[in-house]
Amino acid sequence: MTTTSGYATERETTEGKVFNVTGGDWDTVVGGTDPIQDERIVVNMGPQHPSTHGVLRLVLELEGETVREARVVVGYLHTGIEKSLEFRNWVQGSTFVTRMDYLSPIFNETAYALAVEKLLGIEDQITERANTIRVLMMELNRISSHLVWLATTGMELGAISMMLYGFREREYILEIFEMVSGLRMNMAYVRPGGVAQDVPDEAIVKIREFLAMMPKKLKEYEALLSGQPIWHQRTKDVAVLDVTGCLALGITGPVLRSAGLPWDLRKTMPYCGYETYEFDVPTTPTGDVWGRYLVRMAEMRESLKIVEQALDRLRPGPIMVADKKIAWPAQLAIGVDGMGNSLEHVAKIMGQSMESLIHHFKLVTEGFRVPPGQVYVGIESPRGELGVHAVSDGGTRPYRVHYREPSFVNLQAIPAMAEGGLIADVIAGGASLDPVMGGCDR
Amino acid sequence: MVEPNKPSEDPGGGVPAQAPPVGATSGAPAEYPPASPAGRGMFGIHGSGDTSGFGGLVRRRVQPAGTPQPYGGYFDDVYDALTVAYPGIEDAIEKVVVDRGELTLHIKPERIVDVCRTMRDSEGLRFELCSSVSGVDYLGADERRLHVVYQLTSMTYRRWVRLEVAVDADHPRVPSVTQVYPTADWQERETYDFFGVVFEGHPNLTRILMPDDWEGFPQRKDYPLGGVPVEYKGAEIPPPDKRRSYQ
Repeated sequence: MTTTSGYATERETTEGKVFNVTGGDWDTVVGGTDPIQDERIVVNMGPQHPSTHGVLRLVLELEGETVREARVVVGYLHTGIEKSLEFRNWVQGSTFVTRMDYLSPIFNETAYALAVEKLLGIEDQITERANTIRVLMMELNRISSHLVWLATTGMELGAISMMLYGFREREYILEIFEMVSGLRMNMAYVRPGGVAQDVPDEAIVKIREFLAMMPKKLKEYEALLSGQPIWHQRTKDVAVLDVTGCLALGITGPVLRSAGLPWDLRKTMPYCGYETYEFDVPTTPTGDVWGRYLVRMAEMRESLKIVEQALDRLRPGPIMVADKKIAWPAQLAIGVDGMGNSLEHVAKIMGQSMESLIHHFKLVTEGFRVPPGQVYVGIESPRGELGVHAVSDGGTRPYRVHYREPSFVNLQAIPAMAEGGLIADVIAGGASLDPVMGGCDR
Repeated sequence: MVEPNKPSEDPGGGVPAQAPPVGATSGAPAEYPPASPAGRGMFGIHGSGDTSGFGGLVRRRVQPAGTPQPYGGYFDDVYDALTVAYPGIEDAIEKVVVDRGELTLHIKPERIVDVCRTMRDSEGLRFELCSSVSGVDYLGADERRLHVVYQLTSMTYRRWVRLEVAVDADHPRVPSVTQVYPTADWQERETYDFFGVVFEGHPNLTRILMPDDWEGFPQRKDYPLGGVPVEYKGAEIPPPDKRRSYQ
């Protein structure tokens, strides 16, 4: 009979080896043979994984089901937008930036437009109607972005019907966008100096219908999720990050507010006239996925309030600054074949005035000049602080435009949220950050 | 006699040889006129007739002048609080610029970590959040052409301040502020990725958005747009700045 530490005693019989494990010290036996004790496996999640929100890649070191180390790899959707911007004129920039964070195009455009306007020194000339339309569009966009968050997170945590409902209502908002700007996504609607075109009356009617419909839908979502035990277990006390952690890692937006700090740039450093609207900044003290869910649901309600106020104060008036050099590219009209230059404008430059034609040609090919200098503008996007650092050298093209993308900065929190937790909670935690890789990688 | 099916051994196949393009590949400004008529392309253009930008852009050389005190607004409060909290700040600051209602402190690179720590911890400053770190390449405008820009936010006082450091492209070394602001981690990696600024003391300074084996730093001004040939079904399309239509 041989005794090896960690192994049971054994003896040979005619039926084979028989182990005698009675009376052994079970801690020693289990401790010596537990495969999980010293075996770590590395799991590569993504970049093509349905639960990592686009082309995000996570490299997880696991001990059983516990995540010991998480590494985030980004850059799979890098498109070089910031570099490309430097080779186009200032107006064309809005066409580029709208494609960064594809779930919140209006915010990308508005941040860019505010930065260019600050460089030009024309912030005071932006008309009231243009500002109101910007606020209106931004808040509708915030709701549509939060709906996609709710839909995808619901799907990832096992509530497939939530996915269908969320996208269904988002579709409604995209139809409003199409009525207003001609495009559902990537509209390049907010331009330096104002907005591209006025809001048609049919769109106002549709927005009113949306305002009447949406509160009921929000109640439906809550009826589906808020009381559901699986939803509770998947979200409560999961991926907790407190205020200290948020500030150190630079996390802003709903994630920071779910930790209890009511920091919302619309309130704290207002822009576009947000200081004149009445709305609350919802917070929760929990700092977990559950809190982020509550914050985002409440934010959609607040956005509805703002949209309603914006509709009420929408008065007729110009939607662009008076300066024709800056305003030109937005002098568009909807023709039979889609949107383009207004026919009156074309008739004038082609038939009546040589000077107009020259100016038109110069403005289209070269664009307007922006005085040299640098500015930083931060706005509250659905994901947090969206900052634009724009530098001009006095020419007709941006010298440098840098986007401080909340998705990019917020993704740094994944190791802090995931390490030490279960692998299933990585999905919940990552989804609660609401990362959009188009914005993160730019 | 040349056989019809045999390709010509003369490179270019009988097309008249062009003078080397001016400004297109070197990134040199197009304000220098081409030396020979052949270099002016098909339409004999002087200066930049190129509206696409691919042929090299005209860069203006602008450096903002320092602003004298008082700076106005809360900028004086910030500067005074910084003077109290950080004795010898005058040595660390190269210049103060107030422009378009924004305060920019140009800091000596070796002092940036100390200044950031003071900005974060001092009672009267309280810049808790480092909103953004990015780079700008002032090629031709500044001898120390690579600038790193830090955008700090004070949530307590609701203020914004920008710190800026400048290094030359031969020794692009800046101390990392990740010890003070952990959020600068990825943003410094991004700045390294695109501008080649080496952040000393950074825990893991690798490329983040570009592929790991990428050569060069794409957002530098002497790096052309595109810059790499594209291969599609066996045919190779040269990068835009190498195409004849832009020369």
